[in-house]
Amino acid sequence: MAFIKIEGLTKQFGGLTAVNDVDFEIEKGKITAIIGPNGAGKSTFFNLISGFHRPTSGSIIFEGIDITKTPVHIGAKLGIARTFQTTHLFEQSSVIDNVIVGHRLRTKSNLFDAVFRTRREKQEEQEAYDRAIEALDFVGLLDLVNRQVAAISQESKKRVAIALALATDPKVMFLDEPAAGINPDETDNLAELMKKIAQSGITVCTIEHKMQMIMGLADTIMVLNHGAKIAEGTPEEIKNNPIVIEAYLGGDALAEVN
Amino acid sequence: MGKLLTGRNGILFMLGLSILFPLFFLDNRYVLYVMTTSFIFIIAIYGMNLLAGYTGQLSLAHAGFFAIGAYSVGILTTKAGMNFWLALVLAVIITCVIGFALGIIALRTREHFFAIYTLIVGYLIYLLIDKWDGLTGGVRGLIGIPIPNSIGPIEFNSAVSMYYLVLLFLVLSIFIGVRIVRSLTGRTYIAIRNSEELAQTLGINTRTNKLVSFVVSVAYAGLAGGLYASLTRFIGPEIAGIEMVFNFLVYLIVGGIGTLTGPIVGTMLFIWLTQFLQSFQEYRMLIFGPILVVIVIFYPTGLAGAFYSLKHKWLGNKEQKKEKISEIESMKKTSIQSREV
Repeated sequence: MAFIKIEGLTKQFGGLTAVNDVDFEIEKGKITAIIGPNGAGKSTFFNLISGFHRPTSGSIIFEGIDITKTPVHIGAKLGIARTFQTTHLFEQSSVIDNVIVGHRLRTKSNLFDAVFRTRREKQEEQEAYDRAIEALDFVGLLDLVNRQVAAISQESKKRVAIALALATDPKVMFLDEPAAGINPDETDNLAELMKKIAQSGITVCTIEHKMQMIMGLADTIMVLNHGAKIAEGTPEEIKNNPIVIEAYLGGDALAEVN
Repeated sequence: MGKLLTGRNGILFMLGLSILFPLFFLDNRYVLYVMTTSFIFIIAIYGMNLLAGYTGQLSLAHAGFFAIGAYSVGILTTKAGMNFWLALVLAVIITCVIGFALGIIALRTREHFFAIYTLIVGYLIYLLIDKWDGLTGGVRGLIGIPIPNSIGPIEFNSAVSMYYLVLLFLVLSIFIGVRIVRSLTGRTYIAIRNSEELAQTLGINTRTNKLVSFVVSVAYAGLAGGLYASLTRFIGPEIAGIEMVFNFLVYLIVGGIGTLTGPIVGTMLFIWLTQFLQSFQEYRMLIFGPILVVIVIFYPTGLAGAFYSLKHKWLGNKEQKKEKISEIESMKKTSIQSREV
C-alpha cells in the first residue's frame, strides 16, 4: 500500500485547468520535491492535497483512507501538516506562544476546562508547552524561545513555522517554498533541517524553486508544467530529461545544448 | 519600585480601590450611578473583545444583543411578573440561543462582510424592538422594571448595593474572560484571529470555535443588558441603536482591542468623558472623533497597547544601557589586562 496515492487529480477554475490528471505516489520517509515553472500548478496541487481546494475529479488516498473531500482540520488530525510560503506567524507574540497552539489538535480541553481550570486543562497546557519546546529544539531555535517573532530573522521565522507544523505530530509535511526569500547559506541549513525531519520518520514533500538545493536533497522529483505531470524520477534522471529542460529553458535552449 | 507594579499587585490595587470607592461617595448617588453604568458596559465590551479582539471577528451586532438581554429582563419582570434573578438567567440563555442561531449564519461570512452583516443584524434587532409595540412598548420603551429581589438580608434598594452587585458580576466576568484568553481555548481563538488558514492546517475547526466564541461573547452582552435594565429601570429601543454600536466600538478600540485591560480603560474613560461633556451634547463627537482617529493611526492596540509598548521600550532601553555599561567595563578590563601583559 502506497503511503499517499494520488490518482487522476484534476482541478479546474472556470475554464482554466490548474492541475490536469496527475497520478503520483509519495513514498513514506522520503523527501519528495515538486518543481515546475511559475504557474505550473504546484501550489494548487498542494492546496488539493491539504484540503483547501476540492478537486474537480480524481482521488487522494492517505494510508488507505480516502481524503479527497476531507476538510483541512480533519486532515491535520490524520497527520498531514503544511507550511505556507508566507509564514502567517503572529509577529507581536513570542516564538513559544506561536508554537504552543500547534499541539492543540491532540488535546481535548474545552471552554468548561478553561473557565474552571480543570486538571485536564493544566495537564494539557503543560503537554502543549513541552511539545512546543521539543519542536523548537528540533529545529534549533531553543535560544530564541522567548523572543518576539517580529525581532527574529527570516530564516528563523521559517524554522518557527516548521516547528509549529512539527508540534502537530504529523506523518507527512508539505512545505511550500521553504527557502523562498533567504540567502544561500541559510538555504543549506534549511536543507539540513529537511533531511533531519525525514530521518526522524516524517515524510517530507516540498515545492521549491532553488534547483541546487532540490537536486542535492530530494529522493524523488515530480515536474509539473501547465498543470500536467511531465516527468518523475531521481534528481539525476530529471536533470537529463530533455522534456524538463525544454519546459524550463524553452525549445531553442535545448537545440543549443544539443 | 518596579516590582510593586507587577500584574498581581495592580489587580489587587484596582480591586481594593473599586471596593472602597463608594465609601468616598456615600451620599453622591450620581457618581455611584455613573460608575455602576460603566461597570455594566465593561462587561459588554469584555464580551465584544473576546470575539473581536481575540478571535478576530468584529461583530457590530453587540448593542443588539445587549438590548435583547435588557428587554428579556424588562419583559419577563414587568409583563410576566417574574423574579429578577430568574429573569436574568433566562435573559442570558435567550441571548445565547438567538446568538447561536444568528452566529451560524453570520459566521459563514468573513472579515468586512461579517462586520457589515452583523451591523445589519443589529439594526434589525433595533427595528424589531422599535416596531413591536405590543411586546416591547415600542418607542415609549418599558417602564417600571423592578430592582433585583433581595437575597436574604441583602437588599438592592440603594445605589451602593447596586454598585456592589454589579461589581461582583464585573469581577466574575473579567475572571472568566481572563481564564478563557489564557487557556488552550484562548490560544485556539488567537490562532484563528492570526490566520484562519494556518489555524485550519493546525487541526483547528475554525467554524465551531468561532461559533462558541460568538455565543460566549453575546452571553456577556446579554448579562450586561439584563443588569442595565434593572439599574436604569427604564429601557428604550435606542440601546440597540447605531449610536450605541459606535460607543461600544470606541470604548473597545480606544481602550485597546485584544488586550485584557483595554475594555476597562476605554469604557471608564469615555463614560466619564461623556459625563463631563454633557453640555456639548451631540457636539461631543467633535472631540471623540479625532481621538478615535489618532488612536487608530498611532496605537492600533489602543491605550492599553500603547502603555505596554512604551513600557517595553523603556525597559528595553534600560537593558541596552546595562549591556553597554557591562561591555565598556569588560573592555576596560581587557585593556588593563593587555597593558599588564
